[in-house]
Amino acid sequence: MTEIRSQKSEDREKKKGWVRKDLLSIEELSKEEIELVLNTADSFKEVSARDVKKVPALRGKTIANLFFESSTRTRTSFEIAAKRLSADIINFSSSGSSASKGESLKDTAKNIEAMHVDTIVMRHPSSGSAEYLSKCVKAGVVNAGDGIHEHPTQGLLDLFTIRERKKTLEGVRVCLVGDILHSRVARSNIWGLKKMGARVTVCGPPTLIPAKIEELGVEVSYDLDKIIQEQDVLNILRIQLERQRGAFFPSIREYAAEYGISKERLRKAKPDVIIMHPGPINRGVELSSEVADGAHSVILDQVTNGVAIRMAVLFLTTAMDK
Amino acid sequence: MERAVVRMAHEILEQNKEIPDLALVGIQRGGVILANRLWKAIEAISKTKLPLGTLDINLYRDDLTRVAEQPVIRKTDIHFPIDNKIVILVDDVLYTGRTIRSALDALIDFGRPKRMELAVLVDRGHRELPIRADFVGKNIPTSEKELVHVRFTESDGKDEVIVK
Repeated sequence: MTEIRSQKSEDREKKKGWVRKDLLSIEELSKEEIELVLNTADSFKEVSARDVKKVPALRGKTIANLFFESSTRTRTSFEIAAKRLSADIINFSSSGSSASKGESLKDTAKNIEAMHVDTIVMRHPSSGSAEYLSKCVKAGVVNAGDGIHEHPTQGLLDLFTIRERKKTLEGVRVCLVGDILHSRVARSNIWGLKKMGARVTVCGPPTLIPAKIEELGVEVSYDLDKIIQEQDVLNILRIQLERQRGAFFPSIREYAAEYGISKERLRKAKPDVIIMHPGPINRGVELSSEVADGAHSVILDQVTNGVAIRMAVLFLTTAMDK
Repeated sequence: MERAVVRMAHEILEQNKEIPDLALVGIQRGGVILANRLWKAIEAISKTKLPLGTLDINLYRDDLTRVAEQPVIRKTDIHFPIDNKIVILVDDVLYTGRTIRSALDALIDFGRPKRMELAVLVDRGHRELPIRADFVGKNIPTSEKELVHVRFTESDGKDEVIVK
């Protein structure tokens, strides 16, 4: 009920709710926890549409953005999310900080924690670094991407966007296209989609599909044209030009011809297919400009929904005293 | 319960002659159902369809860091401008007044109403803040040890107020 004291007991009867101080991966979440995050984000989405885009839920809390890899979108998204919840947020980046002077991750985190930070949002090039950090500090840890392991908030915002468009995740057919090997976004998507009952296919050049990926319960294809007409969602991953130019496929042009989504290729897909991309887009490589800006694209919805998902995650991990 | 709702609807209309300025906002969750009922009763009496919104106050609570478990955040949906409206806040039970304090803060983030009034089905006493209701379905004196539950047909299968 709405009255404060009785509400407490009623919520307790219903279910356990969120009990984690951290969000490290989607792999560790249950279906119920994923649903709780998505439903909470659904309620938070309304806050960003108001004239006064702020609620006092995390007033007095301090959140640190600790980024050891470059990022504009994710860092800004977390920053906006924290501010809309009235938390104070400070940004640390690796360049110009003591990390470039040789300080260990543990020491950096301990120093930040000594300033009474409640939650640390971290991106780091090493897989598993978020979990390591969570064991070093009492503060909450939100993984904003660790190496090629996971990027849980991106996975959650992708689930949210698909659910918003397709009304459900159960039975929805999703194809992840491109560089599965180096993609933490792909891994978070696969875990989340499988838990929610979606049917997942990965498609890309054989050199960019990790061996034994079928063991995660996904189907594998190397021929996009063959499977495109069955898909409800095409989630196009970024070709990480900085990591692999020339090594994993013959040329950018050949990649674009085989796996890039052009207007012509899109004609073979379902009329209500949606096109997703975690950004930043290499226009003309993974996606042609007409497709990226076209009617099927939900790429900017993903960005809008990213703020709501990060508000939900920061709220769930930070609101209660640790 | 239905009689109390109809009486409250009459009182709201009697004390607010400016019907076009009125709006109802129900507080999640019991208040939302009650606001719906009041909306229907007011429509039956005055043939006007008032703007109707829902409000979740959990983000404005003063005890968020103290509660044992995270509250479930439900929908806030106020799709009309509240500036210069007479907003009737609706809740099922009035107790400490802290929910209403949160609701006042939340609503003021949406604009500047001309006036805010409070309608509750049950006032059980034990206020901890200087807040009172303008429209009350029933005053039920209780002890602080008791729990008051309002159940509605819409959510629980039947209308009843339980004190235990």
